[in-house]
Amino acid sequence: MKAIRQIFGGNLRQYGMSFALILLLIFFQWRTHGIMLTATNAQNILNGYSYVLILAIGMLFVIITGQIDLAPGSVAAVVGICVALSIKNWGFPWWAGVLFGLLVGIAIGAWQGAWLAFVGVPGFITTLAGQMLFRGLDQYIGKAASVPVPKEIRYIGNGYLPEWGPNTGLNNSTLLLGVLALVAIVALEIRRRARTLKAHGTAVPLWAMVARLAVMTVALGYLTYLFGSGRYGTSFPVTGVILVVLVLIYNFIATRTTIGRGVYAVGGNRAAAALTGINTKKVYFLAMANMSFLAAVAAIMYVGRSTATGPSDGVGWELDAIAAVFIGGAAVSGGVGTVIGSLIGGLVMAILNNGMYLVGVGADLSQMIRGLVLLVAVAFDLYNKTQGRPSITGTLLRGLHIRERGEATGMERPRAGVAQS
Amino acid sequence: MSDGPVILEMKSITKEFPGVRALDDVTMTVRRGEIHAICGENGAGKSTLMKVLSGVHPHGTYEGTILLDGQDVHFANIRASEHAGIAIIHQELALIPELSVTENLFIGGNEVATRGVIDWVEARRRAIELLARVGLEIDPDTAIKNLGVGQQQLVEIAKALAKDVKLLILDEPTSALNEDDADNLLDILRSLRSKGLTSILISHKLNEIAAIADAITIIRDGKTVETLSVADGTVTEDRMIRGMVGRTLESRFPHHTPHIGEPFFEVRDWVVEHPQIPGRLVAKHSSFYVRQGEIVGFAGLMGAGRTELARSIFGRSYGTWLGGEILIDGQPVSIPSVPAAIAHGIAYVPEDRKTLGLNLLDSIKDTIVSAGIARICRRGVIDLEAEDAAAERYRTAMRIKAASIDVGVSTLSGGNQQKVVLSKWMFTEPRLAILDEPTRGIDVGAKYEIYGLINELADQGKGVIMISSELPELLGVCDRIYTVFEGQITGEADARTATQESLMRQMTDTATANPTTTVTR
Repeated sequence: MKAIRQIFGGNLRQYGMSFALILLLIFFQWRTHGIMLTATNAQNILNGYSYVLILAIGMLFVIITGQIDLAPGSVAAVVGICVALSIKNWGFPWWAGVLFGLLVGIAIGAWQGAWLAFVGVPGFITTLAGQMLFRGLDQYIGKAASVPVPKEIRYIGNGYLPEWGPNTGLNNSTLLLGVLALVAIVALEIRRRARTLKAHGTAVPLWAMVARLAVMTVALGYLTYLFGSGRYGTSFPVTGVILVVLVLIYNFIATRTTIGRGVYAVGGNRAAAALTGINTKKVYFLAMANMSFLAAVAAIMYVGRSTATGPSDGVGWELDAIAAVFIGGAAVSGGVGTVIGSLIGGLVMAILNNGMYLVGVGADLSQMIRGLVLLVAVAFDLYNKTQGRPSITGTLLRGLHIRERGEATGMERPRAGVAQS
Repeated sequence: MSDGPVILEMKSITKEFPGVRALDDVTMTVRRGEIHAICGENGAGKSTLMKVLSGVHPHGTYEGTILLDGQDVHFANIRASEHAGIAIIHQELALIPELSVTENLFIGGNEVATRGVIDWVEARRRAIELLARVGLEIDPDTAIKNLGVGQQQLVEIAKALAKDVKLLILDEPTSALNEDDADNLLDILRSLRSKGLTSILISHKLNEIAAIADAITIIRDGKTVETLSVADGTVTEDRMIRGMVGRTLESRFPHHTPHIGEPFFEVRDWVVEHPQIPGRLVAKHSSFYVRQGEIVGFAGLMGAGRTELARSIFGRSYGTWLGGEILIDGQPVSIPSVPAAIAHGIAYVPEDRKTLGLNLLDSIKDTIVSAGIARICRRGVIDLEAEDAAAERYRTAMRIKAASIDVGVSTLSGGNQQKVVLSKWMFTEPRLAILDEPTRGIDVGAKYEIYGLINELADQGKGVIMISSELPELLGVCDRIYTVFEGQITGEADARTATQESLMRQMTDTATANPTTTVTR
């Protein structure tokens, strides 16, 4: 275990979920007689679920602040219809339609963020209202009709990277992406090791780094092969490229920027964050605004894939996103969660769904199983956290805890869900 | 009255928390029908003793015996002690604001219920009866939120009476009341005493104790010092103060030679209103100054308004600012927010580390850089190497005991947590450090280290404001001490000449305080 940790870093929780993900893939690969891990199916999974994973990224930040957003599905519906109508009826070029859609998303996000941050209406209420409000607005604008979108939008939701150059047996765009990613990973890894050495004088042993890079190379090589070996004209999908770019950007925001630190600080202890000089209102506002922005991105991908808008676009999306975030290890009480964790959580749900579909499990049973998986994943998480970190039980118990006056001895009163070791 | 039969005996009560002995062989005897006062400094163990008595700390978590009416009692929880006839009224009222007086009085319902169904007609009849006993002439259907604090306090007492209470414990019942309400409350207690009710009164207001108590138990550092009988006629406030503070100043403080420069930070005529209660002032025209290299103490009892004053200065992070100005280097400055306060070189280390000072999910490293994060950032992106370097520097300088800077702050001891919080604020390179109860809840050895760090800050030419409820600490560490009482600065003393007695007098003396507690806006 120690060796694994040295190779990969990170925490047990993320291993748990990554491990579950790999097990799921193997299981379904066996049950579907190899259909699970074919190029076509892998491409389908990304095209079919990228939008949920992108929503999960936005939802993660909202949940870290200790809030929840119930509206992204409705927001996506409004954005979808705005994009489609602006192109079809108002004569916008496709890119202007996309831009318009993103602006609508940001505007709606600002609206919701303002109610939460500046009026103080809890996120649950603000966005429950938003869910109804924007679902209604979608139907009002779209008149419940289906509006088609042009081929450029369809490319965003269902397109593939071009074929070019010599015949390598793989899609060359995919191959290029794989090689670039490998170079970037190796370069970053070497740079990080050098910097850590300089700062601390010690770093992970060289063998561990080499082992890690070897594992990554194999994984990356396999993915390149998997996505690149499909029928002619297919590649790593455009939706996947958008997803990877967003994951990289938001992971950077979460781990390396002051605004990211602010989000964790507000979720971890709002009063302390305020006394530390963090603008808590700004954090809430940005988290909400960003969620709706990403809902707009997801909406454009989704209408592109479905080639037209429809009155039930986005119904229930928020719940998939919330499930992904919690399976990915976020805490209901806020302050805890990672972009990568949420991505893995979303993939677990996506592969379950896809795998059961392939095996022929009905939608009814599939839904039940996914519900149980969410329950068990969070329960497992709780079990792991009983020794320390805040958890759902901690949050619930905190409400029951009798408030005591801390005058007596200045004794450190145990707070439910917080480590006392 | 002090010669009635014994109703309660607490014998050799010892209660330990990890690392601290809160109560050490405390013994106390209460006679039926008396008002028995408990006094002692903040942290002396008064509330812990009452928590032992009322079952908040259940039987088995302490040593010693409690005899109620001669019976050895073992309370497993608060319900058990209530069942035995002990009711405790906390400083923070436990009434539900949205419900009516009747509903609050019978919140458990058992007294007026048959097989779980509440008879509201009977409840209302008994509510009127109970309210009459505490001298309240109000409609029992009034919602609690529409009552004043004094009336709410009386409803709490009525609630205790509804349960056939034998022994009523009041924890600082008058601290939130104005003088009229406080007098009224004391009158009610007297009349209840004449009807045979026994009460235990915890209060910081020594004049009240002198006026009403039949017997006084003084606790100091978790030990019973003495029990005085008021009937002797020898108990004066001075006598009580001597009992409360009478310990020696051993070598608990590191030696320090101050190098005091010019005044650089000044607050004039500062007025702040309570954030929830309009008209109630938590700072009343306070004026003070701090010199470079000087450690200025703020002494006052809990609730005197020291924390409120400090936080209102720290970017108006408490209450509503009504007036007054802050001058830095003689220039008036506007500090309307916490970031502005940090930018002006003010740091505030809060009294409650866990709820206001720390994000317990964070590592040492994240915490140390959190307030001064702009120092290790370029265009909003954190330089992780600079972060590590800064955290390591403070871990060494502040002697934080931890395996690494990546360790979670929740796993540290109180003293080390406090050092992390101090590091967090030193990283902002402040000119004025406001330390609110910096040694609360940490052990003696760690306290000594914190005192040393405070002296180092002063030696760097920074101004330090230290708020503390422990007078020996203020006398041992500070150069100059202000006393605060009910939101007002009641005195200023040179720490070399001040005594605990003189400070305590200014901290409790109503004569010097302005009697008006409200203003019209």
